[in-house]
Amino acid sequence: MLDHKTPAAAAGKAPEMTDKTLTGSFAGIDVGGTFTDLVFYDSKAKAVKLAKVPTTLDNQSKGVLAALDAAEVDAAALDLIVHGTTTTTNAVLERQLCKTGLVTTLGFRDVLELGRRTRPHAYGMTGQFRPIIPRDLRLEIPERMLADGSEYAPLDEGALRAALQELLEKGCEALVIHFLHAYANPAHEIRAGEIAREVWPNGNITLGHALISESREFERGVTAAVNASVQPLLRRYVERLADRLSERGYDRDLLVMNGNGGMVSARVVAEEAAKTVMSGPASGVMAAAYTGRRAGIPDLLTYDMGGTSTDVAMIRGADPAVSHEIEIEYAMPIHVPMVDVRTVGAGGGSIARVDAAGLLQVGPESAGSVPGPICYGKGGLEPTISDANMALGRMDPGKLNTISGDVSLETIRAAFQSRLGDALGLDATESAAAVLRIATAKMADAVRMVSISLGEDPRDFALFAFGGAGPLHACAIARELGVPRVLVPARPGITNALGCVVADLRHDYVATVNQPLDACDMDEVHALFDRQVEEGRAAIGRERVEIAEEKISFSVEMRFIGQTHLLRVPLPSATPTREELQALFEEAYFKRFQVKLPEIRPALVNVNTSVIGRRPEIDLSALIDPAGRKATLEEARTGTRPVFFDAWIDTPIYWRDHLPADATLSGPAIVEQMDCTLVLEPGDVATQDADGNLIVTVGPRA
Amino acid sequence: MTLDPITLTVIQSGLQQVCDEMDLSFSRAAFSPVIAEANDRSDGIYSAEDGSLIAQGSQGLPVFVGVMQYSTATLIRMIAEGKVVAPKPGDIYIVNDPYLGGTHLMDVRFAMPVWRNGEIFCWLSNTGHWPDTGGAVPGGFSASATAVEQEGLRLPPVRLFKNGELDPEIYAIICSNIRVADQRIGDVKAQAAALYVGEARLTRLLDRYGDDTVREAIGELRSRAAEQMRAQIAQIPPGTYRSTAYIDSDGVVNEPLEIKLAVTADGEGLTFDFAGSSPPCQGPMNSVIATTLSSVYLAMRHIFPDVPISAGAFEPLTVKRPEGTFLDAQYPRPVSGCAAEVSQRIAEAVFAALVEALPGKVSAAPAGSSGNFALGGEVPETGQSYVMYQISGGGYGGYAGGDGISNGCSTIGISKAPPVEIMEQQFPVLYHRYALREGSGGAGAQRGGFGLDYEVEILKGQARASFVMDHGRFGPQGALGGGDGAVNEVAVTRGGESFTPEHLSKAQDISLVAGDRVRVKTPGGGGYGDPAMRDRALVEEDVRLGRYTAEEAKLLFG
Repeated sequence: MLDHKTPAAAAGKAPEMTDKTLTGSFAGIDVGGTFTDLVFYDSKAKAVKLAKVPTTLDNQSKGVLAALDAAEVDAAALDLIVHGTTTTTNAVLERQLCKTGLVTTLGFRDVLELGRRTRPHAYGMTGQFRPIIPRDLRLEIPERMLADGSEYAPLDEGALRAALQELLEKGCEALVIHFLHAYANPAHEIRAGEIAREVWPNGNITLGHALISESREFERGVTAAVNASVQPLLRRYVERLADRLSERGYDRDLLVMNGNGGMVSARVVAEEAAKTVMSGPASGVMAAAYTGRRAGIPDLLTYDMGGTSTDVAMIRGADPAVSHEIEIEYAMPIHVPMVDVRTVGAGGGSIARVDAAGLLQVGPESAGSVPGPICYGKGGLEPTISDANMALGRMDPGKLNTISGDVSLETIRAAFQSRLGDALGLDATESAAAVLRIATAKMADAVRMVSISLGEDPRDFALFAFGGAGPLHACAIARELGVPRVLVPARPGITNALGCVVADLRHDYVATVNQPLDACDMDEVHALFDRQVEEGRAAIGRERVEIAEEKISFSVEMRFIGQTHLLRVPLPSATPTREELQALFEEAYFKRFQVKLPEIRPALVNVNTSVIGRRPEIDLSALIDPAGRKATLEEARTGTRPVFFDAWIDTPIYWRDHLPADATLSGPAIVEQMDCTLVLEPGDVATQDADGNLIVTVGPRA
Repeated sequence: MTLDPITLTVIQSGLQQVCDEMDLSFSRAAFSPVIAEANDRSDGIYSAEDGSLIAQGSQGLPVFVGVMQYSTATLIRMIAEGKVVAPKPGDIYIVNDPYLGGTHLMDVRFAMPVWRNGEIFCWLSNTGHWPDTGGAVPGGFSASATAVEQEGLRLPPVRLFKNGELDPEIYAIICSNIRVADQRIGDVKAQAAALYVGEARLTRLLDRYGDDTVREAIGELRSRAAEQMRAQIAQIPPGTYRSTAYIDSDGVVNEPLEIKLAVTADGEGLTFDFAGSSPPCQGPMNSVIATTLSSVYLAMRHIFPDVPISAGAFEPLTVKRPEGTFLDAQYPRPVSGCAAEVSQRIAEAVFAALVEALPGKVSAAPAGSSGNFALGGEVPETGQSYVMYQISGGGYGGYAGGDGISNGCSTIGISKAPPVEIMEQQFPVLYHRYALREGSGGAGAQRGGFGLDYEVEILKGQARASFVMDHGRFGPQGALGGGDGAVNEVAVTRGGESFTPEHLSKAQDISLVAGDRVRVKTPGGGGYGDPAMRDRALVEEDVRLGRYTAEEAKLLFG
């Protein structure tokens, strides 16, 4: 059977479009764990303003307003504000959720607690799991659909009303209605939703089939439960923020980033609140894709290294890979389309230790932000990756005292000596260099694994380095991976906020066909694509944002009959013939597995369309003020310091904002900017492009 | 030592990466859901000299820890003795003989040498659980087999691939002896492709660091892993620790089988002695020696998860060959239950023996059964036959850090159970419940996790039900004063009448028709520590959440 997914219809009323003339200026504001970043762009003057202020965790909107103030941006004069928020991400990861009740099929209330019979770690019979909705708030009622969509037992409306009453009495603020096989026939869920709306005091009702209409009751149920339990939080937050902005005279739509890298109106974002989980990392990847496309480097592996972890994503043809099967922590799958960002291994705070076998290991333990690395001066005693960078001169030791007054380079070096060097027979410098070498090898392996699991050879990509620590390590990791080039954007530290500014309007559709290819009605398949396009265009029309270009991409997911994993096959058009589908699939399969299977028939499982409204082009060269650039490299040089690359080398230090437009730098060299340091190792050569990106050609291995 | 410790670590993670990539490729390309979804497979690198384990994929099925080093060792020995044709480049061996270093017949191993300058540098090998290898019942888990021939096709090591090409003659013999043979070609190619991926990646590592350096690193890593295991074992006060674990029955003779274990610690190593365990049994609950050894290693890795898997880590562990017991089965004893059930009882015995010595590291007994329920039938309208497997989890044991989790995976697996919606899509059945089994967690200061309670009805046609489960007679053991978890229960409702199979947790070919039902309640985990010491707030919370009734809580926790 064919089923077709419809996104929640735009709820609420759109504010009337005012007559005010467009100013051509807009702002992207991203709230991260530590900082709230703002990028303001004036498309008429081609001018940029930036701000970085501390995140206000208790109420993120304070930080947002502070960022506007810091950049001296008049909210009333903005055409558009696009906002990235960690409200839902934090709520889920810290389990600060709204009290949520579940009504489900008789016999199945424990699905959310039983999971798929797993354990937290492959080895070790210990660990904990807490279901997202507690057992006493999970109620059952008689009703039952079968897998083919037929009704086995009718919906017991009396039992439903009683269950709703009980959940209200227990103080639930949000509600999930999740029935078995509702993806095949949602009639019971829809009817139950109607009844619930009569008695539920607010709009916080999530129907299981509405977000994802796919089988697998645990995954669909958890996705719905996450949606419901963050929905009131997100609703309150965006309403409050919209009010604050409105007080400042901002009278247009506030748009909010989604995890798929697109954005939606704040008026409707809470309906599908689960889609905003992980939107921050997605936003950074969107900025990378945009930057790469303009730079003529459309195939990228993004490398975003922060204090505790590193995020990696793949971009092919300026198009980030999207996954529908992300698990954000143990047994917490959220199956809505999200940019496929994988969190891997080490961050700057990863601790180096000598293990019981006498081997130096880096991570997985992290010093986190408290106590943090030794160099933070907050009481950290164990050497970390950040400390190794400091000890080797890669990071400015002058900055030590801006963090804390009582940590010296000697303290750090002494820790490397006593905690690592003595056991390894190395001096402090060699120990720190060893930590970096191991960290580089491990991170390179992790990046390679992500690439391979997505079916690609990392050497066909360039590495896009961002985040506070990405550019410190990117060239070494690229060399280890055999990746030929590294792209370091003009403002690596505010990439997520830039993503808000460049993000497209985006709607993704999935329809499940699940039939042998030779049994598919191809006219029906073409009609599915048509319908998806139509829906996407209508959705974008409702957002009332200036669109420069519409981009529609089609793909299918297929497998050989009998397999369970799917292979995504991009399509050149919405009207493929059966023979074309077969040939494209076989080609993609051979590329991935080096195996041909003429013996087995393929099946068409999913038909996918992405409708993207591309916003007017933004000139990224304004990210670094051209007026501030110096005429020569020598003038951009701020000094020289010894840095360790197999040996201590006096290395020139440059200030990024002062680099001349046509700068070419040869490693060893260090390029510093407000919140980020780029290390060019001996043999690396960096050139600057028109947008102010540094493109590093990675030198051969020493 | 000429190798610097940093290069050593880099090569260590490089070798690990080779194995992880093999695991990933195998699963992604496989057809059988047992491999593709349940990850019932494993990949590793083995030494050219004696087949000892160099590295193994971190996402391999835990029960295969160490098994393949015995099959590879046997293969190398048989080649040296001229009993098996020596390999040429491009050759891949296939073998599933349990007595030549294996598990049960369904675990089919491929092995391929990696050639450097005309010589074998090392072996790559992998194991995949095939959905069928012939024999009396679909799927191979015959609960009443009395000889290995009834369990399926037994392959000695033969070269299935010669010079890179699949040998169509050997393949034709295999296909003529197994069910649903038409889909096996995809799995065979996936299993071979994983080895090719490993070969390509390992070649890159060797080219980069040089064969001699990598060889030296392998030797050094082995001795360091041994040191690391010794350092962990040193925490165990010297002495002998004893335990007993029971298997309900062998499926043929309805008497419990006993595993008696004495673990002796001498500050350096551990000796495992299974003397006094039951003699070889008639039914398929025998274990071959490779599986018995692997089960001990598996348990030790659960206790010390930080020690990398390699032959070195096993060096300080001495397992006395349990000759004359059912843990050292010889041809033609049937063995289909060894990998799924006996292995978990062996692990339970290891946990139970060591929990007193390592109370901070070892949990009370987990449910410890794969919970195999197989249903073979026919859809009347289409005449198409099907075989459905429902695997299920159970409660884990309480441990020093907290309560056991509910519906955890088998001790020897890491695979997910299929969703009810997928089962109902594929098979003519209806689940009436899929629920937490209330009251099943063993009492303790940290209680056991809860088992699963499911009930399934046959909607159409006729079917035959088989069960290979365990812990029906005795629940998973509590530790340090904790109570046992609830026992496994099976109830079959046929023609309106309900009965329990004679062997409680094992039965074969129970005939059922539309409307008949099967209900299974899986074991809860053992409790850890004195139940009276349990935090009162936690007892009350469990009652509030309906996990225990108030009466049960009073009885169990005082």
